Amino acid sequence: MSLLQVTDLRVNYGQIEALKGVSLHVKIGEIVAILGANGAGKTTLMRTLSGLLTPRSGTIMFEGTDITRLGADKIVRHGIAQSPEGRRVFGTLTVMENLRLGAFTRPANEIQESLDFVLDMFPRLRDRRSQLAGTMSGGEQQMLAIGRALMAKPRLLLLDEPSLGLAPIIFQGIFRTLREIADSGVTILIVEQNARSVLKLADRGYVLEVGRFVLEDTAKALLTSPEVQAAYLGGAEKKPH
Amino acid sequence: MGTFIQQMFNGLTVGGIYALIALGYTMVYGVMRLINFAHGDLCILGAFVGLTFITSFGGGGHLGAAMVIFAFVAAVLVVAAAGVLLELAAYRPLRKADRLAAVVSALGASMLIENGIMLVWSPQVSVFPSGLLPTTTYHIAGASISFVQVMIIAVSFVLMAALYLFVNHTRFGTAIRAAAIDQDAARLMGINVNRVIASVFVIGPALGAVGGLFVGIYYREVYFTMGWTYGLYAFIAAILGGIGNIPGAMIGGILLGLFNAFAAGYLSSSWQDAITFALLIGILLVRPTGILGERVAEKV
Ligand SMILES: Nc1ncnc2c1ncn2[C@@H]1O[C@H](COP(=O)(O)OP(=O)(O)OP(=O)(O)O)[C@@H](O)[C@H]1O
Ligand SMILES: [Mg+2]
Repeated sequence: MSLLQVTDLRVNYGQIEALKGVSLHVKIGEIVAILGANGAGKTTLMRTLSGLLTPRSGTIMFEGTDITRLGADKIVRHGIAQSPEGRRVFGTLTVMENLRLGAFTRPANEIQESLDFVLDMFPRLRDRRSQLAGTMSGGEQQMLAIGRALMAKPRLLLLDEPSLGLAPIIFQGIFRTLREIADSGVTILIVEQNARSVLKLADRGYVLEVGRFVLEDTAKALLTSPEVQAAYLGGAEKKPH
Repeated sequence: MGTFIQQMFNGLTVGGIYALIALGYTMVYGVMRLINFAHGDLCILGAFVGLTFITSFGGGGHLGAAMVIFAFVAAVLVVAAAGVLLELAAYRPLRKADRLAAVVSALGASMLIENGIMLVWSPQVSVFPSGLLPTTTYHIAGASISFVQVMIIAVSFVLMAALYLFVNHTRFGTAIRAAAIDQDAARLMGINVNRVIASVFVIGPALGAVGGLFVGIYYREVYFTMGWTYGLYAFIAAILGGIGNIPGAMIGGILLGLFNAFAAGYLSSSWQDAITFALLIGILLVRPTGILGERVAEKV
């Protein structure tokens, strides 16, 4: 069954059409990747799914409910949380305050359970509970951004470029944790420029080019597809002559 | 010694008032990056509402104290309602507009309230009746401290402590701080940012109304342009403490009050403002973001 069903979504910035009729679906338990070059519209799509942008037309159905025009704060309550591009942690608040804000929509008596879950996923955050988020390293901030989104106990987790600006060794670790998060029953829709890593993690993927999906396939097929190899994998798996 | 203690109490009294008013500037700025130029006028509106309440329901003597408490409640309710209305009418429609449009709207709202007060009440000075509160004077080491001073200092410190606890230790208070740092990220947490904005337009004017009514009770008179004068002082206090920073506005208000009082007491009361501003410029030269402003980068 489709957890998320997006149909013919169009989003404008003034006169500029950033999404030109995008359709996708995400099934329960899947990890779905969205690839695309800079400016393709990936962040626009994520912001629209979270209700930070209102589409010009099209529909977003989540668990059979139309959430197309709901405000961002309502969408979190429906079960979609996001770790946004650039992490956007609350820099002058502590790690703990950031995590508790992630659970803003939850009843007080359920917060501890989510906190334990998140701190088990990211033990690094446990030692830094009272540190100001803005003073942490990029990798730690990314862990916090994902952990904060998980505090909402979402059924769908949106991740916008979690590898941005991180050293390979750091994001490899984060990607391993994403696998565990998915195994714990959270469905994931992830935007990444780091195509190889994300396609190894994902079940399926879409390729976005200037506001349109041009490819959709299983992650395995995308990994070996010539178009994806040429455009997103830098042809690095070419065999030597 | 007598002068020192006297000026310290005078300074804490005025500083407490500045701080109460400054909090409204800083909270609105923190969440909206907007200077609510109408804030000072809202605060003085509180003084007029309180005065009307006191004079129309009368009550000297024993009834005085109870009347004063009701006057505060009335002032807080009316001014908080006016604050919400102001946000809805003057600022919300301009949320996505140019900053300059919001500034013009703020100045317009200030003039509207100021002239509204003049029309409804009086273009002349209005005098607060005497005998409302005990006239007890406490003598400490040659200084005379009035009951009203003690009351103003105590109430403003209690209100500041309450606000501090609310903002730092409650769920909604943390949401206010989050929205001040990054509105979109706050929305992603499920925070209704419109409600946060409405709340700062309730809390700021409510505290300001108390400050405004203190002005009236302390000096025993109010005048429709006083919103501008006190607003300016409180705004400077907010800048001094670091605009957008709540403890900063408290510290800035108290310090400004103390500067004022010591300048008047030890140097010259006619040069009091000049000396205060010279000190202020000195502090801002050393710390351009104010005493507590921007200690840590908010966005990375
Ligand atoms: N606030 C905005 N106002 C106007 N145009 C915008 C705005 N935000 C994005 N755009 C434009 O919309 C298009 C899609 O941008 P978007 O940020 O969604 O791309 P992206 O795929 O996330 O890129 P990147 O990989 O660089 O993050 C770009 O052409 C961009 O310039
Ligand atoms: Mg992007």
